[in-house]
Amino acid sequence: MTINTLARGGWDREQMACFQKMEKVIVAMQDPDMGMKMRNQRLLITVIPHAMTGRDMITWLIQKYCICEEEALHISGMLVRYGYVYPLKEPRSLVLRPDESPYRFQTPYFWTSTRWPASELDYAIYLAKKNIRKQGELMEYEKERYSVLHKRINHTWDFVVMQAREQLRASKQRRKADRIVLECQEQAYWLINRPQPGAHNVLDMGLERPNNLSARVTLVSDIITFLYVSYVPVPFVKYSEQYQNHDPIMQGCLPSNPWISDDTAYTRVLGHLVLLVPAFAAPVDLVERWSFSFMELLNDIMGRREFMIYLEKEFSAENLCFWQACEDIRHGESSRIVEKVEEIYKNFLTPGAARWVNVDSKTMDKTLKGIRHPHRFVMDDAQMHIYFLMKKDSYPRYLKSDLYKNLLAKAIMNCPTCLFVLSACSPS
Amino acid sequence: MCDQTFVAITFGPCDCCGKASPLMNIYIKSEATNYCSFCVEVMATQGLQAGESAASLKKESDSLKKKLEEERAKLSDIELSQVAEKIEVLAPLSIKTRRVLKGHGNKVLCMDWCKDKRRLVSSSQDGKVIVWDAFTLNKEHGVTLPCTWVLACAYAPSGCAVACGGLDNKCSVFPLSLDKNENLNTKKKSVAMHTNYVSGCTFTSSDMQILTSSGDGTCALWDVESGQLLQSFHGHTADVLSLDLAPSETGNTFVSGGCDRKANVWDMRSGQNIQSFECHESDINCVKYYPSGDAFASASDDATCRFYDLRADREVAVYQKDSIIFGASTVDFSLSGRLLFAGYNDYTINAWDVLKGTRVSALFGHENRVSRVRVSPDGTALCSASWDNTLRIWS
Repeated sequence: MTINTLARGGWDREQMACFQKMEKVIVAMQDPDMGMKMRNQRLLITVIPHAMTGRDMITWLIQKYCICEEEALHISGMLVRYGYVYPLKEPRSLVLRPDESPYRFQTPYFWTSTRWPASELDYAIYLAKKNIRKQGELMEYEKERYSVLHKRINHTWDFVVMQAREQLRASKQRRKADRIVLECQEQAYWLINRPQPGAHNVLDMGLERPNNLSARVTLVSDIITFLYVSYVPVPFVKYSEQYQNHDPIMQGCLPSNPWISDDTAYTRVLGHLVLLVPAFAAPVDLVERWSFSFMELLNDIMGRREFMIYLEKEFSAENLCFWQACEDIRHGESSRIVEKVEEIYKNFLTPGAARWVNVDSKTMDKTLKGIRHPHRFVMDDAQMHIYFLMKKDSYPRYLKSDLYKNLLAKAIMNCPTCLFVLSACSPS
Repeated sequence: MCDQTFVAITFGPCDCCGKASPLMNIYIKSEATNYCSFCVEVMATQGLQAGESAASLKKESDSLKKKLEEERAKLSDIELSQVAEKIEVLAPLSIKTRRVLKGHGNKVLCMDWCKDKRRLVSSSQDGKVIVWDAFTLNKEHGVTLPCTWVLACAYAPSGCAVACGGLDNKCSVFPLSLDKNENLNTKKKSVAMHTNYVSGCTFTSSDMQILTSSGDGTCALWDVESGQLLQSFHGHTADVLSLDLAPSETGNTFVSGGCDRKANVWDMRSGQNIQSFECHESDINCVKYYPSGDAFASASDDATCRFYDLRADREVAVYQKDSIIFGASTVDFSLSGRLLFAGYNDYTINAWDVLKGTRVSALFGHENRVSRVRVSPDGTALCSASWDNTLRIWS
């Protein structure tokens, strides 16, 4: 074959890593001690040495990586798809059959990573060889490509035909078994590098990523030493334990997982939870989760509404209104910031205002100064102060209040199955 | 021992410039001080100008890193998997494909759920963006963009609009109308403008702002109404491939990951890079916050997913297996954060036990790369988008 003189520049680093890993697996498979047992396979009248069956490969993979059969089938399927192993029967179908079908390892000369990118010249020589060897052996799409190449690299066509003839002559001098093997290997290589139109193209890598725009040495963070204390990652365990019963994928959900049971009644409830103002009681799940953290309560629309009702009873609703108004500024349109800040000042911050919020004097001074030049984050300090006020004071009292307790009880009663069964039920 | 032993003032007035901002604890001549990240940079560059060369500083930083590692080893941290030893092992999940959404003519590159837990938007290589009702498999809206490779799409929190962007270097917002016959292209609003492809976009807590990441190495925050750039985030030295907004109380940070193998945490208000993690050996394809906001996970072409604790400022777990050869392109947490679903380039999805670090299940079914996995907002289902032109709902 012609020496591939094209540069390797277009090859992405990510693909190289994958191919190297696959090659490691292949090499391990062929290890004389720990590798697979190879045997001779009969193909029509010739005997091909060093072949293995699909079943052998799967068994070896299961043993080596301690995985299940499905995964071993998948991995060996990938090895065939990428051309590291090719089938002897039905060579055009690059699929791994988990039975006695014979397979062989591709020679490293023809590994996709060794000869990247496959050059047009080589492809032309291959097609020319096929054409010369047996007239009409080319498939339709190969014929088309052959004529396209003939037009495109016409100036080297003599070279192409000469190479093809030479290679055919050299191969005639080999033993029949070797010849068949070489033909199979070459065919497998080209099936992957020039797939049939419409067939799955494994070498489709998507968009190129022009990376490493600058070689800036980022020393800043390296020079600094951090205050370091022994680390114990308990918070994640706690969080996951707390939420585990509310995780539908893990524990199932009540009355049923709508995707499995196709229960449209439940989904109508879920589907409009955000868009409508529902008159029904909230599912138990949600109400329980409001007690996990203040953020859960505020992030849920129903929770926020219920909390507002409670605050109105306590005559401290202005805190939540203020917080909501500040959120509106932070995430709202830039054009309306000034007018919204004015509104807030009028309603919440002016001494004697109808809904005056109790912010400490330092924060109040800072905010009032900032209001003279209003921007998106001018209310941040005041908002945080009020947020923590609500979190430390009103929120715990809300959780202990009759309002919340009644809501939770109503939700439990409305649920078709009782709360205690919730934790014991298995996923559907 | 509880997490309160980590003493660090993370927000407050800087000891150098006096401005209130996220702080980094540093030592200057053995004295502990708190500087904002800007002053740290200034101090560091001044240090460089005082006669030191980049090479000598690199040597110094390498030796300091080594020292840090030695000190860490002495303190005998307890690994996440050790703490999780006492928790019960998870049984393999019985998750199956419940829906297959067919309709895209080419690779599906991105998807996002609507807050109503049943609608989703997906975008593909042929420029089409489709809004589906995943429950009934109905296609509710469809738009065709003039560019191919729509790499990013997002649903607005109100459910009334979608944003998408890709090779056109822009991110556009389409208000969804109830009239099925109306051509959504007429109301299209071009919001973001980058100098390279847009790889990720997301709305912040309202419909009025979007955050985008781009192949030009920057992230940016935009005002939807005016199209104005509100803040830009510079720091990556290569394409930024993914971003995720923090679900925290103050809601002011986000994390981004890129081809420079770094995952950076940013303060949205100041534009500063607060934290940076460089642990992967290859491009980071996706980043996603843990539900509590204290940690995040990343997926990379080096076939691993990693878990980082923000308060401890380090990587705490690596999810990898010898039999997993192909890169991970996407991750998402289940509702409780106990499971991490990762989509790989070998057409599979693996579910990892976040705490124990082991794989719980492998989901097969797609016939080409999995480009995106997202758990639904109520946690009942997982949606995966793939290069085999379909989306699957698993439950």
